[in-house]
Amino acid sequence: MLEVLGFEFFRNALLAGVLASIACGIIGTYVVVRRMVSVSGGISHAAFGGVGLGYYLGIDPLLGATVFTVATALGIGALEVRGRQQMDTIIGAVWAAGMAIGILFVYLTPGFAPDLFSYLFGNILLVPRGDILLMGVLVAIIVGIVGLFYLEFQAVTFDPDYARVMNLPVERFSLLLLVLVALTVVMLIRVVGIILVIALLTIPAAISRIYTGRLWSMMLLAVVLGALFTVIGIGLSYVLNVPSGATIILVSTAAYAVALGIRGGRSVRLWRYTQNGG
Amino acid sequence: MNEPLIEVRDVWVTMRGHTVLEGVNLSIYPDDFYAIIGPNGGGKTTLLRVILGLLRPCSGEVRFSSGMGTGRESEIGYVPQFRTFDFDYPITVRDMVLSGRLGRINRLPRRYGNLDRERADEALDTMGISDLADRQIRDLSGGEQQRAIIARALVGEPKVLLLDEPTVYVDTPTTLQFYEILDRLRERMAIVLVTHDIGVIPDRITRVACLNRRLYTHDSNEITPDMLEAAYHCPVDLIAHGVPHRVLSDHPEEGREDA
Repeated sequence: MLEVLGFEFFRNALLAGVLASIACGIIGTYVVVRRMVSVSGGISHAAFGGVGLGYYLGIDPLLGATVFTVATALGIGALEVRGRQQMDTIIGAVWAAGMAIGILFVYLTPGFAPDLFSYLFGNILLVPRGDILLMGVLVAIIVGIVGLFYLEFQAVTFDPDYARVMNLPVERFSLLLLVLVALTVVMLIRVVGIILVIALLTIPAAISRIYTGRLWSMMLLAVVLGALFTVIGIGLSYVLNVPSGATIILVSTAAYAVALGIRGGRSVRLWRYTQNGG
Repeated sequence: MNEPLIEVRDVWVTMRGHTVLEGVNLSIYPDDFYAIIGPNGGGKTTLLRVILGLLRPCSGEVRFSSGMGTGRESEIGYVPQFRTFDFDYPITVRDMVLSGRLGRINRLPRRYGNLDRERADEALDTMGISDLADRQIRDLSGGEQQRAIIARALVGEPKVLLLDEPTVYVDTPTTLQFYEILDRLRERMAIVLVTHDIGVIPDRITRVACLNRRLYTHDSNEITPDMLEAAYHCPVDLIAHGVPHRVLSDHPEEGREDA
């Protein structure tokens, strides 16, 4: 199987998977601890509107997706700042509207939309070199910003009210975090596709949470787990000749189930132990 | 009398058609140990949120003395009602307490210095939780979590400390210990204590007010029956349970007949 490493497309796929894992380990940690899973789902599905627009205008669909996700992130953030009620309903509407806009634009685009499917379900084996360069730049931006403002992000995601009492610019950091979520989503579209983004964004961080007690250690373990899942998923999909995005997600969810099962089993044993007067 | 640190002037707050605060006036002086009591839903937390700048009043204003600085909020320490944030967050007690220093750091990007770490150690020591410093907050008991929250409020060396129902979730011995700590802090800062439980007010308070939409003040440290009646809209039984010192004044015979 190792001779496959000789192919450039396979090395590119592995590189893309690792780059995406760095972004989703770091940003996914915030998504999990701040409970922004549904917001992230809304942002990622709004990306399809951008992909459709890209097709329609004849530009790179990922560029369209970037514009759409960042705009959606800023819009949702602005509504959140105003303390609107029914936030989850608004997110649901944005979610569906993004998909609907995408479908309309794809329909309006004359001719056939090539690899539309790969945007929905990902195809990491087809990642071109240029996209890898773009992903590298995005990862550098994400790592740089989080490294600079680690303490501020911690304060704002832990207790926004107290952060406000301390005069920190809470709204600005919340918006910045949503923009970083949007950029991460764009990166992940290449790897697992719009529909499966949310799983890769949250599962490594959720497993990591079980075993770590600090934000930075949670990020580190989430990056390692994400890289492991994508590499195993890519390898399996090559060997079995099945779609890579779905394989990566199934590897991740299986690992999550095992981690939860081990934790559950441990607490049941502990419970039995204490019940027996231990 | 010296200048008040914080002045609440004729503050009105309406939420979803209900008047929560009605023309509230309040001055907090540097040497105050101020207790604000009132029933649940009387607007106590709302008043604190207005003072903290977390809620904009419909009318009226909150003024801060020049001593409170231009970055005024960082001169206030706040102990919110328990469980207003996620205790499952991956953070150690030390990091949580240290985060209370961020309001003192102005250069970007914010980094903790030696002074910040010293202050955090002192605050942990004051609250008697130094040995828990490297534990995660989700592994603490309710009383220990509450101490950590108070330590975070102290670490910023505030001029005013606002406490919102700080003893609701802790047992009586911890409560008594907690009031001893507050007594020591009085030298360093003004304290405003908000509670619905008139039985837990410590004996060293300087002033008491009753809040139920309107604020009923008395400028002394005793609660009078008419203040309570005005605030609770019904005669209140003035027997306090298990408090060594009564903040409730002796009331006349006819008051007892009312009750």
